[in-house]
Parts: sequence; C-alpha cells; structure tokens
Amino acid sequence: MTRKEKRNFIISFLIFAIAALLPLTHSGYWVSIGVTIAMYAVLATSWALFSGPTHYISLASAAFFGIGMYVVGGFIEVIPFPVLIVLAALIGAIFAAIVGLATLRLSGVYFVIFTLGLAEFIRQIMTWIQTTMGTSSGLYVLTEITESMIYWQLLVLAAIVFLIGWWIGRSKLGFALRIIGNDEMVASHCGIDTASFKVILFIISGTFAAITGAVLAPRWTYVEPTIAFSPMISFQVVIMALLGGMHRLWGPILGVIPFTLLWDLISGTFPNQTSLLLGAAFLLIVYLIPNGIAGLLENFVKNGSKDIGIDGDK
Amino acid sequence: MINKIALTVRNITKNFGGIVAVYDMSFDLRENEVLGLIGPNGSGKTTMMNLISGSLKPTSGEISLYDNEISGLPPNRIAKKGVARTFQLVRILPTLTVMENVAAGGVFGHRRQWGRPLSKYARELLDWVGLEHVENAPISSLTYIDQKRVELARALAADPKVLLLDEWLAGLNPTELQTGISLIEELRTEGKTIIIVEHVMDAIRSLCDRCVVMNSGLKIAEDSPKNVLADPKVIQAYLGESDA
Repeated sequence: MTRKEKRNFIISFLIFAIAALLPLTHSGYWVSIGVTIAMYAVLATSWALFSGPTHYISLASAAFFGIGMYVVGGFIEVIPFPVLIVLAALIGAIFAAIVGLATLRLSGVYFVIFTLGLAEFIRQIMTWIQTTMGTSSGLYVLTEITESMIYWQLLVLAAIVFLIGWWIGRSKLGFALRIIGNDEMVASHCGIDTASFKVILFIISGTFAAITGAVLAPRWTYVEPTIAFSPMISFQVVIMALLGGMHRLWGPILGVIPFTLLWDLISGTFPNQTSLLLGAAFLLIVYLIPNGIAGLLENFVKNGSKDIGIDGDK
Repeated sequence: MINKIALTVRNITKNFGGIVAVYDMSFDLRENEVLGLIGPNGSGKTTMMNLISGSLKPTSGEISLYDNEISGLPPNRIAKKGVARTFQLVRILPTLTVMENVAAGGVFGHRRQWGRPLSKYARELLDWVGLEHVENAPISSLTYIDQKRVELARALAADPKVLLLDEWLAGLNPTELQTGISLIEELRTEGKTIIIVEHVMDAIRSLCDRCVVMNSGLKIAEDSPKNVLADPKVIQAYLGESDA
C-alpha cells in the first residue's frame, strides 16, 4: 500500500467515524436525512461501480432494492432479520445474474429501456400477487429496529461498498471494465471475456441494491410495491451519480449529499412539482457538469489523484 | 529447412446472407513467416482476418492454430490461444493513457502479466515503437501514426504466436511509411509469425516471404511476392480485363 493510499484510508475512516456520530444529535430530522443520504450513497456508489466504467445505464436499481425490501417484508415474522439480509443479498445476486446474462448483450438505449421495464414488471407482479393472494396491498414490517440502527447498518454497508470499489479499481477486473467501456471489440481481442466481466459487476451492483432494500424495510413499517419498486429510486440514483461524477469511486457520494438536502427542501416546498424539478435537475447536470462535482474538483486541484493505473504502486 | 505450420486455413467460406465474402479459402502460415494477404478492395481480405481473429464465425471450413481448431471460438478465447491483431481503422482506448493502452494487450491475452512485470514489459514495447517519451500522455493527443504504433505495441504485449496486421501501413505519409516498414522488418528478423493485409506494394515486396492473393472472395494465387505480382491473373484482378 502506498503512502497516498494509507492517507486516503485514514481520511475515509475518519469521515465514517464522524458520520457515525450523527444519531448522537438526537435529532429525528437529521437522522432521517442521514438514512436517506446513506441509502443513496450505497445505491449510487454501487451503481457507478458497474455503470461508470461500462457506460451501461441501468434503471433497475429499484427492482433490486424492492426485492431486498420484500424479502424482509415477507419473512420478518418467521426468519431473524440478519438471516434475511443474507437471503436478500443471495436472491439479489441470483436475480442480477439471470438479468445480466439475458440483457448485457443489449447495448445502449435498449439496455436502459429493458432495465426500466424490468423494475416496472416486477412491481406489477408483486402488486398482482398481493391483491390476488393476499388480503392487503402491502406488508407490515414490525421490528424493534430504530432509525439510528438503520443508519449505522447503512454506514457499514457503504464502507463495504467503498472497500470493494477500491479493490476493483486496482484489480484486473477494474482494468478489464475500463477497456470494455472504451471499446468492447478491442477488449475481446485482448482476451477479455466481456460478457462475464460485465455480469460479475452487474451482480455486485445488484446485490448491494438488494441489501440496501432489506436494511431499509423496517423504516417504513408498511411496505407496498409503490414504495419498494418506485422508479424514482432508479432515476435518483442515476442523477446523483451523474451529479457527483461516475469516473471516481468517491464521486457519487458528492452528488448524493447536496442532492438529498436540496431534494428535501424542494419536495417540502413544492410537493406537487417534484417530478418536473427532477427532470430539470437532470438536464442541468448533464449540460453543465458532465463530469460531475468530482470533475469540477479535479479541475480545481490540477494535480488531483490520477487514474488508478495498472501498477498501483507507482 | 521448412518450418512448422503455425496456422492452417482449410476450405473456409463465409456468407453474409446471400453474399459470399470468402469462398473455399485454404492456405498455411508457417512459423517465422510473414505472409501477405493481398487483393483489390472488397476481395475479402479483412473478412479473412476477422475469421481468423474470431470477430466473425465461418459459415464452413476450419482454422487451426498449431493443430488446435480455433474457428468458431469467440475472439477472447482465440486471443488467449495466441492470436493478436491490429484493426484496419485504428482502434485505441481513448480514456486510457498510452501506457495503459499497451498494457491492455498483456493482461488477459496469450501471455498474461500484471503489476510491475507488466509495466516493465509495456514500457519496453513503447520504447521499441518509439513512444517512450509519451507513456503517460492521454492517447487522444497522439498523431495517427503514433496511435498505430500504440496499437502494434498493444498487440505485441500479448506475445502472440500469430500476429495479424490489417492495413497497418495504410494512411501513413512516405516518411512514416519507412518507419512503419522498418518496424515490421524488425519483427520479421525477430522471427515473429505474421499475416499482413496490405495495399502498399513496396511493403509487400520487402516484407513478405509469400503472398496469398484474393479476388472476389477466392484465392487466385499463392507464391513469392515477385511471382504473384507478375502473375497475369493477379494483374487482371487489380487492373481489370485487357481490351485486346
């Protein structure tokens, strides 16, 4: 490990430690904002692990998130919560593998549309199952888990995502993905099994979204398809990651924090115009800061950290 | 002494719908040999290269690398077995540095390296193609010939058994052409096994041990460069029927 990496580790650790102190404020409002930020930090960072290097824009975050949430909602009465988290991760991973194998041959806009359709499809199926087989349109998730506990769980999850992202960045897997993102034809002629590498990353990304959904289920106490599979989750993940910058591991979180705060303000002040404002925000971000806040910061600090090269110890 | 056969192409046919791009092609490539694949535009040379590298799957026939069938395998498997190529229109990886572009060829291909040995090897290759001074530059800042050099270095990074150069010399000015020819000349001296698709006749004469001539998807001649270029069938293919 180089000195710079050690320094980055210490800084990251301190940031996480300070962030972990948030519930000590005993402010319900700030803890609630903190949960939302931590949730999107995990979702957007893990989303960017796949979509950043490959440029495959997935709108399936909500599908995985909802699956995780429903695993907890469906079995919380019979299976202990920690086991459900593992179960959600497994189901999310298997589902991502199936979807990945089936769709990663699609390119560009076809992939985007498919992932969006997928999330909607699952939402409709869940609604149908519940209304035809169940007695209500949702599930009760009654636990002793407080919002502060959810927050800490999400922080740990975020730390794991960052560690995995850091490891991928310096591994052959990460290098392969950057080559694939540049030119799949060249990648395959360099000996890279492009389909497998993409599926592996899609699985990692989908698994984390499923775990996030599982961890958050107790927050709502009553889980409905419209909450769990809301397409807004998928869109916001993309917007936040773009705002922060997808070309850096720490990029998305720079988008998550200001966006969540701003969003809270907007949805509080203009509750009926949120979709409109979301669209406007999307346009502005893409036009004005294509490389996100991370890109802006790097332009400020010209000697900012370089790309993760093939030899991390340079 | 006749060298071992490195690559065998047997009765390869490729149809695109009703169009026959390559018909019943057969030839051998021997170890340490530089084989020229020549012919007029649209004669199926690049299709033949794509069939060898795995970009395309043959409709029928068989291609073998040291007696192992490779036809029908995906390009990544063929690359691992030891075939590397450059592309007709140069294909670089725009967001990677020059150094990373070269290293890309040496991580997952025939010879697989990582970390320091890979950097060292990639640096040697950059040195060899004459780009040691720009290793950390963004690739987009390079000129066309330099991008071609990078692509050649990337192909060599895999230490391939067979190297395919698809019009690697095309689009170069006369000075660059001399540099390009001497680079391939060096590879030839090192004993690399190469197929080159080329239109530049000077390069064919000076570099190739043997030439296979294609026209409309068919092999019309196979001999030394001197002989094929004097063959009336070949001249006719390039220049059309005589009026007599």
